[in-house]
Amino acid sequence: MSFLKVNNLKVYYPIRGGFFRRVVDHVKAVDDISFELKQGETYGLVGESGCGKTTTGRTIIGLNKSTSGEILFEGKDLTKLSRRDFHHHRQDIQMIFQDPYSSLNPRKRVLDIIAEPLRNFERLSPGEEKRKVEYYIEKVGLNPESIYKYPHEFSGGQRQRIGIARALTLNPKLIIADEPVSALDVSVQAQVLNFMQDIQKEFNLTYLFISHDLGIIQHMCDRIGIMYRGQFVEQGTSKEIYSNPQHIYTKRLISAIPDINPEKRVRQVELRQEINAEYKNSYEKYFNAEGKVYQLKQISDTHSVALP
Amino acid sequence: MSNQPLLELKNLRTSFRINNNYYAAVDDVTLTIKENEVVAIVGESGCGKSALALSIMGLHPQGRTKLEGNVNFNGKNLLSLTTSEMNKIRGKDIGMIFQDPLTALNPLMTCGRQIEESMTYHTNLSSGKKKQKALELLKKVGIPNPERTYKQFPHELSGGMRQRVVIAIAIACEPSLVIADEPTTALDVTIQAQIMDLLKDLQRQMKTGIILITHDLGVVAEMADRVAVMYAGEIVELADVKTLFKNPLHPYTRSLLNSIPSTASEKDRLHVIKGIVPSLQNLPREGCRFKERIDWIDDHNHEEHPILREVEANHYVRCTCYNHFHFPEEIGDSKYVVS
Amino acid sequence: MIKFILRRFVVMIPQLIILSVLIFALAKAMPGDALTGQLASNPKMDAQTLHELKQKLGLLDPPYKQYLHWAGGLLHGDMGMSVIHQVPVTQLLAGRMENTLILSLAILILSYMIAIPLGIVGGRWTDSWADKMVVGYNYLTFATPLFIFALIMLFIFGFVLNWFPTSGSVDIRVEDGTFSYYMSKLNHLILPALSGAIVNTTVTIQYLRNEIIDTKIKDFVKTARAKGVNESKVYTQHILRNSFLPIAAFLGYEIVYLIGGSVFLETIYGYPGIGQLFIASISQRDFSVVTALVMISGLATLIGTLLSDIILSAVDPRIRIE
Repeated sequence: MSFLKVNNLKVYYPIRGGFFRRVVDHVKAVDDISFELKQGETYGLVGESGCGKTTTGRTIIGLNKSTSGEILFEGKDLTKLSRRDFHHHRQDIQMIFQDPYSSLNPRKRVLDIIAEPLRNFERLSPGEEKRKVEYYIEKVGLNPESIYKYPHEFSGGQRQRIGIARALTLNPKLIIADEPVSALDVSVQAQVLNFMQDIQKEFNLTYLFISHDLGIIQHMCDRIGIMYRGQFVEQGTSKEIYSNPQHIYTKRLISAIPDINPEKRVRQVELRQEINAEYKNSYEKYFNAEGKVYQLKQISDTHSVALP
Repeated sequence: MSNQPLLELKNLRTSFRINNNYYAAVDDVTLTIKENEVVAIVGESGCGKSALALSIMGLHPQGRTKLEGNVNFNGKNLLSLTTSEMNKIRGKDIGMIFQDPLTALNPLMTCGRQIEESMTYHTNLSSGKKKQKALELLKKVGIPNPERTYKQFPHELSGGMRQRVVIAIAIACEPSLVIADEPTTALDVTIQAQIMDLLKDLQRQMKTGIILITHDLGVVAEMADRVAVMYAGEIVELADVKTLFKNPLHPYTRSLLNSIPSTASEKDRLHVIKGIVPSLQNLPREGCRFKERIDWIDDHNHEEHPILREVEANHYVRCTCYNHFHFPEEIGDSKYVVS
Repeated sequence: MIKFILRRFVVMIPQLIILSVLIFALAKAMPGDALTGQLASNPKMDAQTLHELKQKLGLLDPPYKQYLHWAGGLLHGDMGMSVIHQVPVTQLLAGRMENTLILSLAILILSYMIAIPLGIVGGRWTDSWADKMVVGYNYLTFATPLFIFALIMLFIFGFVLNWFPTSGSVDIRVEDGTFSYYMSKLNHLILPALSGAIVNTTVTIQYLRNEIIDTKIKDFVKTARAKGVNESKVYTQHILRNSFLPIAAFLGYEIVYLIGGSVFLETIYGYPGIGQLFIASISQRDFSVVTALVMISGLATLIGTLLSDIILSAVDPRIRIE
C-alpha cells in the first residue's frame, strides 16, 4: 500500500455561457494526473503559473473538490470520505502556505494561531495546550515567550516558521508546502529550507513540495513531477530530470534557469535558442492536435515522459 | 563599451522621515554608470536598492524624503532640478521598468496609448507618427501581433506580454539610461529568460546604460557587466561581474552566494546568515554594518570607519573584515552554525 | 451586451411578480380600506350603500380574484382609481413623478458639483489644511439628519431671509410653458435640491477621497511619472479616471436612492412629488396609490441595479458583460 497515491485526478471548473448560463465548457485545471508518494520522501511538483500544481495540492488537502479520480491516502480514498471521516484524516495532512504575511491572522496571538488546529481536533486543558505550543515554537527555533506576540512583530522567515509550527502541532504525516519560500529573501529562504529538512528527519515527514523555482526543487526533492496545463509531462528522480530531461517542455524550463556563472552567459543564451528552435520544429512530437501533451510513458524504473 | 560616464552618483544619501527623524535608506553611495553598460545593484529587501532607483528618478514622495549628494547626468545634478525640469528628463533620457507588469500599467488605458504617452510629452510627433512608432516599438519588444496589442487593455495580455509593453514604454523615447527595478521577479522562469534575453538584445542594439536592481544573483550573472552589492544602505562590494562571482570578498556577498540553492552544486545544507536585516531605525550607523551578523569574527578585524576601498584593480570592498572572514562551517565551529 | 440586458429583464419578471404579490398581501392586511373613513364622516352612508359600493369596487371578491384584477390592470398600465382623489392613479402620478425626477436629478447634479471638487482636493492634498476642512465638512454633513437640515434651510432662506418660496413646485399665478413658468419652477427647486444635495455629498466625497489616496500610490501612477507626465496630467489622465470607477458604478443606485429618499424633502418643502403623495396616501388609506408607488419603486430599484452594471462595464474595460 502506498503512502499517497493519486489516480487519474481531474479538477474541472465549469465555464458558463449563453442566455441561460448553461455550462458550455470546462477549465481543466488538473486533467487526469497520477502519481505516488513514498513515506519520508520529498516530491516536487513544478510548473509555471496556471499549470495546476497548486490546485493539485489544494485538492489533496480537501480545499478544492475533485471532479473525478482517486486520492488514496494510506489506502483510503479521500475523495469518497464523508465530511466527518475526512475531518479525521485532515490531521494527518497539513499545509504550509506561500505568503507568510497573509496566511497568519494579524489579530490573533501566536499562541492562538498555533493552537487553532489543536482546538479543532483535540480537547486539551489550557495548560497542556500552552505546553504543546511552547514545545513546537521551540522546535521551529523561536523564543517560547513569543507565543504572546502578534504576527506583525516577526520577520518573514519567522512568520513562515510560525506557519510551520501550526502545521506540526497535530503530528501530521504529510505536509503540502505550496511555494513556502517564494516570498522570502535568499538568505531567509535558505533558513526555512534547511529547517524544513531538519524537521523532516525528526518527525519522519513526507513533503509534497510545490514550487516554480527549479533551483529550490532540485535542492529539496527526491523525485519531481513536471506539470504543464493540468497534465504531467515528465516524472523522475531529481537527477534524471536535471541531467537527462526528455520532454521539450522540461528542457525549456531547465534552460530558463539563470546560470550563476557569468562565464557561461553566452552558452546559456545559445542553449535557449537551440531549445526554442527544437520546440518549434518538433512541436508535433510532443503535443497532440489540441496542444495537449500525451500520456506518461515509462522509460526507466523511475523515469517517465509524456510521449506519443 | 565606451568609458564616458553616463550617470555619476556622488555621496548620494536618501533619508526618510519617520516620527520626525530622518533615517538614511541609501547612505553615501558613490557609483558611476558608463554609457552602454549594465550595472546591477543587488541585495535583499531593505538594503536600499529600490530607494536608490527612485532617488535617481526623483520619484520619492516629496516632503517625507531628504536627498543629499549629487546625481550627475548629462552635466546636470538631477537633485537640484525642479519637478518640471525633471519631467523633461524622465521618460526621455531615463526610462524605467517596474517589477510587476500587472500593476505598472494603467488598467483603463489601451497599451498603445500608454506607449504613446511618453512621446506626447517629449516629442512633437503627429498622432499618426506616434502610432506608427508605437507599433514599431511593440514589434521591437517581441509582441507577435502589434496591431492587435496596440488596441488591447493590459488585463487582456499575459504577464510576459505586459512586461514587454512596460519595456516598450521605457524605451519609447530611446533613453540613454534605463533603470530596471526587479524586471523579472514577478514572472515565470521561462518568461524571465525571454525578458532577460530581450533586455540584453535591446541594450546591445540601442547602446543603453542599464541599472538593474535585483535580488536574484542568477539574473545578475546573466545580465550585468558590473555589480554593486548593497547592504543596509551602503555598497559593500563593487566589481565586474566575473570577478564578483569568481572571487567574492565581502562577507555579505559570500554569504549570499552560499545561500542560493544552485542547480550547479548539490550541497545538503544552505548557508544561513545569522540574524535579520536591521530595520531603518535600528541600523548600526557606526562601524561595519554587517558586524552583528558575523559575530564569530573578532571585533578588531573590523574597521572603525569602513570605506569602500579598491583592493585590486576595479574591485572595491568595504571594511577590512573580509581579510579575516571564514564561514563557521569551514572550521567546524559548530557554535556559530545557524540552521 | 444586448443579450445581457435582455436576460436581466427576463430575470426581472419573476422578481416583479413576487414583489406584486407581497405588496398586495400587505395592503390587504392593513386595517381598514378607503371607505372606512367615509363611514364615520359621512352621515348619509349606511351599511347598505357601503356594501353596494364595496361590491362595485370589487372589495368583496376573493383575494386572488382581486389580485388578478389588479395585476392584470398593471400590465395594461392601469393602476386603478385613487379612491380619495377620484382620478386614475396613473394620471395622479404623472405630474408628481415628473417633479420628483426633476428634484432627484437636481440633487444628483448639485451633489456631484460639490462633492467631486471637495473629494479631489481632499484626496490629492491629503493632510493639508484644505483636506482637514473637507474632512470636517464631511463629519458635519454625516452627523446632520436630512429633515433637521432641511428645516433649518427652510427657516433661514425661506422664512427669515425670504429668498426662496417655502412650498410648492411652481407659482400658481404663472402661465404654463412661459419663461416665467420655468423660472418659477427653478426658484422652487433650489432650496429643496440644495438641502438634499449637501447632505448627499458625504458618501461621494468619502469614496472619492479614499479612492484617490489609494490610487495615487499605485505602480501605474509611478510609471506615468517616470514617463515625465506632469503632475496635473498624472491626476487627470491616470489617478482620477481610476478613482471615479466606484462612483460611476454607484450612479444607478444613487438615482433610485434619491427618488426613494425624497419623502422627507417633499414633505418638509410641501413639494408635490411622489414622496409627499406616498405619505398622504398611507394616512388616507388610498391603497391603490400606495401599491402603485411601491411597485414603481421596486421596478426602479431593479432598473437602477441594471443601470449601474451597464455604466460600470462602459467605464471599466476589465468588466465585460455578455
